[in-house]
Amino acid sequence: MRRIVSILLLVIVAFGISLSLAKIPFGTLKTKVGRHYINEGVKETGATNIVTSVVVSYRGFDTLGEVTVLFIAAIGLGAVLTTSRKEKIRKIEPASLILSTGCRLLFPLILVFGTYVFIHGHLTPGGGFQGGAIIASGFLLIYLGCRERRISRTASNLAESLGGLIFVVIGLLGLVFGGYFLLNFLPKGTANALFSAGVIPIIYIAIGFKVGSELASIIDNLIEES
Amino acid sequence: MSFLNSYIYYIGAFGLIFIGLYIILVKHNLIKVIVGLGILDTGVNLFLISVGYITKGTAPIFSRPGIDSEHMVDPVPQALVLTAIVIGVAVLALALSLAIRLYQHYGTLNLRRIKEQRW
Repeated sequence: MRRIVSILLLVIVAFGISLSLAKIPFGTLKTKVGRHYINEGVKETGATNIVTSVVVSYRGFDTLGEVTVLFIAAIGLGAVLTTSRKEKIRKIEPASLILSTGCRLLFPLILVFGTYVFIHGHLTPGGGFQGGAIIASGFLLIYLGCRERRISRTASNLAESLGGLIFVVIGLLGLVFGGYFLLNFLPKGTANALFSAGVIPIIYIAIGFKVGSELASIIDNLIEES
Repeated sequence: MSFLNSYIYYIGAFGLIFIGLYIILVKHNLIKVIVGLGILDTGVNLFLISVGYITKGTAPIFSRPGIDSEHMVDPVPQALVLTAIVIGVAVLALALSLAIRLYQHYGTLNLRRIKEQRW
């Protein structure tokens, strides 16, 4: 019964959506603001990756909000999972030699790659969120491969808080120097150089640390519980 | 054929969205419901990206001087989806942690058997 009602509901919703979607042509430019970002973005922000300039500069305040959402989700997960932690020592079967050696070999390479991705966020595809996710995947590899290793809670909390603090402090410095929050107050430099685009690389490095440590602490919480 | 050419991405994205919605509405196992949530999330991201696409589009990155900016795709949906993916991961993790707690409390993941959840 419930299945039939659900399918009926979905068919009605699909019909309505297809009526409205038929009016939207595929493959044409729809927003004027996107064209403006492409034409003027490099001049206005100094970042050659337009997506980065949208995320960090034009819509930087939104990004602060979304980083906060991620932070609250990580906090909520910790709060839900640690309420009744039983202090029992579980016997952990050590991983085999090949697995643990391979993990130890790959882990620094993954960290270097993630760091590369978020440092070059204003030049190449990538950025703080992607680099942070790559770094967290390195920690996941350590948790699965070298089972007795654990990340330090204080270090991950420190990286997380420091990343958020740097983001907010840079925004407030923009308020001090130019009159509005998250103003790009540093010199923009020449496009396509590593040291260009003012505060964008600094903010993206802060986001990378924050996202990486938050996702790593989520993994830590979930693995401790299971 | 031209209909398929112009709407195939919308159809695929909404196919994923409806599969996810169907799983959420019908399935009883909580883990399956969470998987449906993930599929729904992917479908929405795919739809946003395909709305911003331009025919023969390239990535909006000026990786070398003098690159043609005429066919660059809309960067705004890409920026939105970039953050939406990370938020989706965080929401999935939170939902899974709640599922762990529910299992420890009720001893089952079947939503029919969890009394407060019956509808």
